Amino acid sequence: MKLSGWGQFPRIDCHVTAPRTDAEVAAALTKGHAIARGNGRAYGDSAASAQNTVDMRGFNRMIAFDDATGQVVAEAGVLLGDVINAFLPRGWFPPVTPGTKFVTIGGMIAADVHGKNHHKHGTFGAFVDWIDVMGADGTVQRCSPTENADLFAWTMGGMGLTGIILRAAFRLSKVESAWIKQTMIPAANLDAAMDVFEASGEATYSVAWIDCLSAGDALGRSLVMLGEHAPRDTLDLEKRRRPFDIAAKSKRSIPFNAPSFALNSLTVRAFNAAYFYNGQRKAGDSFVDWDSYFYPLDAILGWNRIYGRKGFMQFQCALPLDSSKKGLEALLRATSVAGQGSFLAVLKRFGAQDSRFSFPMEGYTLALDFPVNPETLALMKQLDQITLDHGGRFYLAKDARMTPETLRSADPRVDEFLNMRAAAGRAATFSSAQSERLKL
Amino acid sequence: MSNKGSVLILGGRSDIGLAVAHQFAASGHPILLAARNSQSLEAEKKDIELRHGVNVSLHDFDALDTASHGAFVDGLGDLPEIAVCAVGVLGDQFENEQNTETAIEVMRANYEGPASIMGVLANRFEERGSGALVGISSVAGDRGRASNYIYGSAKAGFTAFLSGLRNRLAKRGVHVVTVKPGFVATKMVEGLDLPEKLTADPKELGEKIEAAVTRGKNVIYVKPIWAIVMMIIRNIPEMIFKKTSI
Repeated sequence: MKLSGWGQFPRIDCHVTAPRTDAEVAAALTKGHAIARGNGRAYGDSAASAQNTVDMRGFNRMIAFDDATGQVVAEAGVLLGDVINAFLPRGWFPPVTPGTKFVTIGGMIAADVHGKNHHKHGTFGAFVDWIDVMGADGTVQRCSPTENADLFAWTMGGMGLTGIILRAAFRLSKVESAWIKQTMIPAANLDAAMDVFEASGEATYSVAWIDCLSAGDALGRSLVMLGEHAPRDTLDLEKRRRPFDIAAKSKRSIPFNAPSFALNSLTVRAFNAAYFYNGQRKAGDSFVDWDSYFYPLDAILGWNRIYGRKGFMQFQCALPLDSSKKGLEALLRATSVAGQGSFLAVLKRFGAQDSRFSFPMEGYTLALDFPVNPETLALMKQLDQITLDHGGRFYLAKDARMTPETLRSADPRVDEFLNMRAAAGRAATFSSAQSERLKL
Repeated sequence: MSNKGSVLILGGRSDIGLAVAHQFAASGHPILLAARNSQSLEAEKKDIELRHGVNVSLHDFDALDTASHGAFVDGLGDLPEIAVCAVGVLGDQFENEQNTETAIEVMRANYEGPASIMGVLANRFEERGSGALVGISSVAGDRGRASNYIYGSAKAGFTAFLSGLRNRLAKRGVHVVTVKPGFVATKMVEGLDLPEKLTADPKELGEKIEAAVTRGKNVIYVKPIWAIVMMIIRNIPEMIFKKTSI
């Protein structure tokens, strides 16, 4: 079966099994080269193995919920969106969410995902109480910060290379409504945007959309969006009466791959300019429902197809705080000069992060989308180098084309990761197309 | 939390049965899951209760033990408002051509058992004067084909049974829905290479079934294309049909 990540690049012919029980997972592992796959939302080749892809979507049952602590116990293939549907009406919301709700819990743990509140709350891993991980020999270990703590720590952000995550217990946060009070702040350039971030450390959510084709004094002009869960008594009467109800939205979908000429620097420039001016008009406060606030793109099913059949790649790096400004300027300038506008460019402040192999570090992260073509591949190599020059690192959940050398230059933690992999038969049993490419 | 009528799922372990259970539970209906060895469905019960906040009860049910069907319905307590029969086995056509015993098992599991329990429920629903009966039959019952006629013949019988039941109960306040799913991506067909455009996922089937009950539809194909495909297959003259391999 041909599999690819969300970017539709690369496409890999994979042998796939879809186990429903622990015993079926154990049986699949005996063939080696196994990698767990969730809902296929990693962008590149993280969750595909030509020899042995283990589709975990059959592990889709919720097991328990504790109304006192907000702890959910669920199988790894449960979708985040299903967790929200089940528990938001009871006043609970995920403490950390990525930009799509179509991810599995197992995938969120393997990539140790972050959200718009990383500067305040860290990654999803910080809210995981325990996980059940199946090792190379088919035995299952319960891992938590106090039990099998090493395996627990490596599995957060371990990209599925420590074993198969079967089940997890994680905490939700109490919320009073399904609404987010959003504050939109236009920023004329990168300096201004960073000033807003630095002044908004107390905001629960913050993220900036960048017009990455702007140049000169306007380089990095942005719309910074801050957000807070709206307390019930701040809502209007209508919403206050049913604080967890939002109107059902019509779903649009992109039914087929757009021709590759549909996205070019002209259309991207036009879109970016329109988005910015539209955003400026909406500056200030508004109430936005959770689905539109956290998952605007989920409303367009299959939006990845706008990039055409050849697919697209995302570049996402994190830069340390003290070199963020210089690094971001260099990255945005290179992108602007190349004229390879990114349809979506997102900037976000990261808080401190203490973890074995997770992506975030204190500083800033920039994410850019590019269609796959020789020019963007060359540009991304340039962006790699700029990131390395500024002491940054890369998000493996987005990567589809990095070299092992780049990864090693960026991340001194690789050696320790390889030691962990060498133990307990992990390297022989668990591997993905990405881990083979990156020699992990 | 709601006063919606309960929904009985016969064959509550199957992917289709569970998908239908989730669909009705999401609309606030309490669920009764019936299957052999039903206490092993504890995880499914918990999952449905957690996701949808409705009550789920488990009931031992053996479709092939037809003598027990009356007592089974008595044992449910309150008569459910809706009953969905998702009982069935695909079997191995080639093996069943050679082995009468296994062939008869397939026939019984797809026709005799389902018809028996639907018949018992039909009488109770008729007495009450309300309710809906949903039978999951198959496009395989629309015309016997070399590749699966043992399964198909039993489904053909079940389709005819449901059609007659609908005719009988139409004026008695009881609605009967016949579902012909076509290919559905379930455990039953795992490993078969199915054409993507013709294959529904169980969730889609659940949605269609709830809609059919709500809107009083009689016979539904899950993917509309199947209605066309099967109309063509039914209308090929036998002289030609017998030489084909569809």
